[in-house]
Amino acid sequence: MTQDLVNVTIDGMTVAVPKGTSIIEAAKQAGILVPHYCYHPSLPSPAVCRMCLVEVEKVPKLVPACVTTVAEGQVVHTDSEQARKARTGVLEFLLINHPLDCPICDQAGECELQDYVFQEGRAGTRYSEYAKRYNPVEDFGPDVLYVANRCILCTRCVRFMEDVAGTPVLNVSERGDRAYIGIDEGQLLDHPWAGNVVDLCPVGSLISKDFLHKARAWDLDKTASVCTGCSQGCNITIDTRDNTVVRLRPRPNLEVNRHFMCDTGRMNYRWMNRGDRIEAPLVRDAGRLVASDWDRALDRLASLVEKGGTAVLLASGAASLESLGMVHRLLAGTRLTAAVQVPMAESEEPLQGIKGLALRRERAPNGDGARLIGYGTDWPAAVKAASSADLVVLLDVTLTDAEAALVSGAAAVVVLGTLQTQELPAATLVLPVTNVAEENGTFVNRDLRVQRYQQARTAPGMSRPAWWVAASVAPAHALGPSTGASTAAEAFALVCSTIPSLADLSYADLGLLGRMTPAQGLAPTMHGGS
Amino acid sequence: MSGNPGAGPAQAAAHHEESYQPVFVGPVKARLEALFPQYPTRQACLLPALWMVQEERGWISPRAIGEVAEVLGLTPAFVKGVVTFYTMYHTHPVGRHFVQVCTTSPCNICGAEDVVKAFLQHTGCGELGATSKDGRFTVIEVECLGACGFATPVLIDDDFIEGVTPERVPGILQGYK
Amino acid sequence: MGYPHPSHAKEQPVLSKHFGDAGARTFEGWVKRGGYEGLRKALGMTREQVVEEVKASGLRGRGGAGFPTGLKWSFMAKEVTRPHYLVCNADESEPGTFKDREIIRWTPHQLIEGCTIAAHAIGAERIYIYIRGEFTAEHKILTTAVEDAYRNGALGGNVFGSGRRIDVVVHRGAGAYICGEETAMMNSIEGKRGNPRIKPPFPAQAGLWASPTTINNVETLAATAHILVRGAEWYKGLCLSNPKSTGTKLFSVCGHVQRPGNYEVVMGTPMRDLIYDMCGGMRPGRALKAVIPGGSSVPIMTAAEIEDCAMDYEGIVAKGSMLGSGGMIVMDDSTDIVYQVMRLARFYAHESCAQCTQCREGTAWTTKILERILAGAGKAEDLALLLDLADNMTGKTICVLSDSCAAPVVSAIKKFRGEFDAYLDRTRRPVMVAV
Repeated sequence: MTQDLVNVTIDGMTVAVPKGTSIIEAAKQAGILVPHYCYHPSLPSPAVCRMCLVEVEKVPKLVPACVTTVAEGQVVHTDSEQARKARTGVLEFLLINHPLDCPICDQAGECELQDYVFQEGRAGTRYSEYAKRYNPVEDFGPDVLYVANRCILCTRCVRFMEDVAGTPVLNVSERGDRAYIGIDEGQLLDHPWAGNVVDLCPVGSLISKDFLHKARAWDLDKTASVCTGCSQGCNITIDTRDNTVVRLRPRPNLEVNRHFMCDTGRMNYRWMNRGDRIEAPLVRDAGRLVASDWDRALDRLASLVEKGGTAVLLASGAASLESLGMVHRLLAGTRLTAAVQVPMAESEEPLQGIKGLALRRERAPNGDGARLIGYGTDWPAAVKAASSADLVVLLDVTLTDAEAALVSGAAAVVVLGTLQTQELPAATLVLPVTNVAEENGTFVNRDLRVQRYQQARTAPGMSRPAWWVAASVAPAHALGPSTGASTAAEAFALVCSTIPSLADLSYADLGLLGRMTPAQGLAPTMHGGS
Repeated sequence: MSGNPGAGPAQAAAHHEESYQPVFVGPVKARLEALFPQYPTRQACLLPALWMVQEERGWISPRAIGEVAEVLGLTPAFVKGVVTFYTMYHTHPVGRHFVQVCTTSPCNICGAEDVVKAFLQHTGCGELGATSKDGRFTVIEVECLGACGFATPVLIDDDFIEGVTPERVPGILQGYK
Repeated sequence: MGYPHPSHAKEQPVLSKHFGDAGARTFEGWVKRGGYEGLRKALGMTREQVVEEVKASGLRGRGGAGFPTGLKWSFMAKEVTRPHYLVCNADESEPGTFKDREIIRWTPHQLIEGCTIAAHAIGAERIYIYIRGEFTAEHKILTTAVEDAYRNGALGGNVFGSGRRIDVVVHRGAGAYICGEETAMMNSIEGKRGNPRIKPPFPAQAGLWASPTTINNVETLAATAHILVRGAEWYKGLCLSNPKSTGTKLFSVCGHVQRPGNYEVVMGTPMRDLIYDMCGGMRPGRALKAVIPGGSSVPIMTAAEIEDCAMDYEGIVAKGSMLGSGGMIVMDDSTDIVYQVMRLARFYAHESCAQCTQCREGTAWTTKILERILAGAGKAEDLALLLDLADNMTGKTICVLSDSCAAPVVSAIKKFRGEFDAYLDRTRRPVMVAV
């Protein structure tokens, strides 16, 4: 890939960057962060906050790094006395009307105003005797509150709604120091992707009602994960406090979701904390399901599998590649029908300004992963087959009453489940498994990108990942091809070894941004596209 | 994802304009449409359209903002951002006669503030921006009107009056019923 | 509408020759007075020839920046592949300036002629005349004159039979000083908030609707008509001191002179001639204290500094200020400098568009500090603070409104320090109520 490269020296470090790169992006490559507010790599740049002013040799005035492109041989100083004075000046100007809300502001601890002021702001204000500009808090609805007093008018939110979401529902109203962010009366910020303005806001001006006063940023543990809302596979961060998931936020991945996630995915986390979990492995003994230990349960599972015969595997499209793959392998010695369930919605909700990003109709994260392993998609047929099967294994699915009735016709039913919600009188074995927040695993998204997610909270009760259940049965019972794996990474490698397009992949290859897999020789994906 | 829909922003419309009559019908619509060929975009007709609304109605209401947005293919939020930027557009009703007195430095040093006081007194407005009880006048201070050599200039509705002194004020006001 | 004065002997009436003459407003009247000869001549020249003529004349932008006009025109692409636009800046809002208004209300055809010449020179078929909303009477006069020009073939699809199409659209502003900034003006014409744009790109590359655009001031455009008729050499010859400043300039003199008004003088005319001779000097019993010579955005000058100041771009710079728009605010010894600086800061605070942090917050803060000083609550550190804020507001923003607020503050503190000190040490009584 040949490109015109330009050599530029920033704070003594010389980097070669493509022609047309801004100084602020070139600086990132040199490992230098130029402080900024209004600039954002996924938004058009207005250069209004004036924080990113840097000194360029032989240029009389400071230039904004976000809109100034590099020139061959340019020498830039981001931290010269002039640049620092300018930044300190901007920070002081921002603080004269900014209220001292830190003690009650959700943004504290993850606030860019705090961060930069701490780094190079003045120790004390020189604006001491005037009232600060006051505007009341506004409910932009459904989830977003606008605390006007804290607004630094970076206009990221306005630009996001206009240029990325494609609906200019926010504006800057008034002029001068009377300016504030306005929303049209009677309008709500209910665009399917509007929640991103809360992330974009560098301060605590646009805040989430869902997260309001729930936790302090520094109390949160942050874990890299992948959203389970649909097949887009937006990279996210799961924020937990005391082992409870309190917030999901998008994690930057330029190839998948850039810096955004939709509101459906964002708000869809409370189920991860549900307390009505299957606590222990349940074994049916003399007609009753009795809590037991894993050894007994795995023995029982082994005996059911050893019997062979016909088996039907009904799995959730939200199960990990590891779990789907290992359970599938476990049943390799049976006459197996495997199907994956992917709920389909009426329509998709694209984020207009980002190519290839949408809340997808397929509302499960790993339908394509299941398909790669060999799961079918004809759910009704599989359920029908289950009614006369020797063994049915349910992997984290909830059946309809009709489906449950059919399944109860099977000779033996093994449930690998998370929630207690469904009582199946036919269940021989009910094994508690972990959900996406409680395990390591991978999903394959609709673009056939394999992405890792990491464990964000401890698994409750005696639950274990479903891949572990399958992997742990085998060694003691020498079932099928070698199914032993004691870590998710090993399970992944094992599962991938039999899938041509995933062969030889390892967790190290995926990192935390995932990897595209070649689509050669495969049937069209679930969603009909390629 | 709580929050009740309809619990809109703090500045709720003070008027429920149930009987809102569109501005852009008949001749006014024709005048606006005559502008379309003069600009490559509909959006560029925004300032002229807003002037037309203000000429017809005396001010630009939220419903009118919505109408302008629809006619020009813009969002109401966008139109509102523009309306609130330009100070000559009224976003609430004002007196029948709108008095704008320049008090920027060139006129300020020639007694403009006394002229303002005279207007406030003789209109009965009491304070800047308030409408007189009889609904006749609203008086405000404005920035440089571009007639500094003819201090103090005053704009009353569309009448640009030069050389106003406190003594002339009562006589000037007589002409505005 | 009164016109204050007949031309003074020391004036050089070129643009102002027909101020006060209502007959000059019509097409016929203007032609009778020699009008539209410049346009006819220009139409017989190529674009490049017109540009060269204006370049040779030394005409510089009369709106405030003083950029060489011919050079600005030459930035427009030689080949017209996208529509080219001319914008006439009639937004005149710089405090102290009122010359463009005069040109429009007495000689609208002078402006139309200049615009059309410029449009021809830059390859534009459409001219937008952006006139501030407050110029209600001038708007009517201008639109009437435009209709008149169309009727007589000076505008339209075949200007004076040349085959050229040139149209004029008169576009009304709605109360925003910042729209006088060329990129903000373009945003305003496009139907947006009047926010200045980052440069680059420059208007000649990407202006109105991303197309090549030239923006010129009313006075600049009016001058081109005369340059085309009488030649660049003639215009260059109108120069008393510095060959880089040629032609005549309309100075809008206001404030404490006997005869305020617009005075047209040859570049380089001594400032004291203007103030004391042409404007009749101070009011009885008063002495000159200060002059802001170029509209309020330039440094303030003391009475001593104006004594041997030549009024051209370089001459005023030599005296520590700038010619700017030529709006001269004359202040005598009855003036409270501190109060007027506060009032100017308040003007900038009202007019800030709100994009840049330094301007949005700094203009308001500067105003508040000055108000506090005037209210008798000033502190010793306040002057240093004002100067530091001014430094933080200068050279760091998208446009120069922020710098324009700083300029009078810095120069007043430097040159009229005693007036500030009098408030600070309480020897002068407060004139405002503390907020």
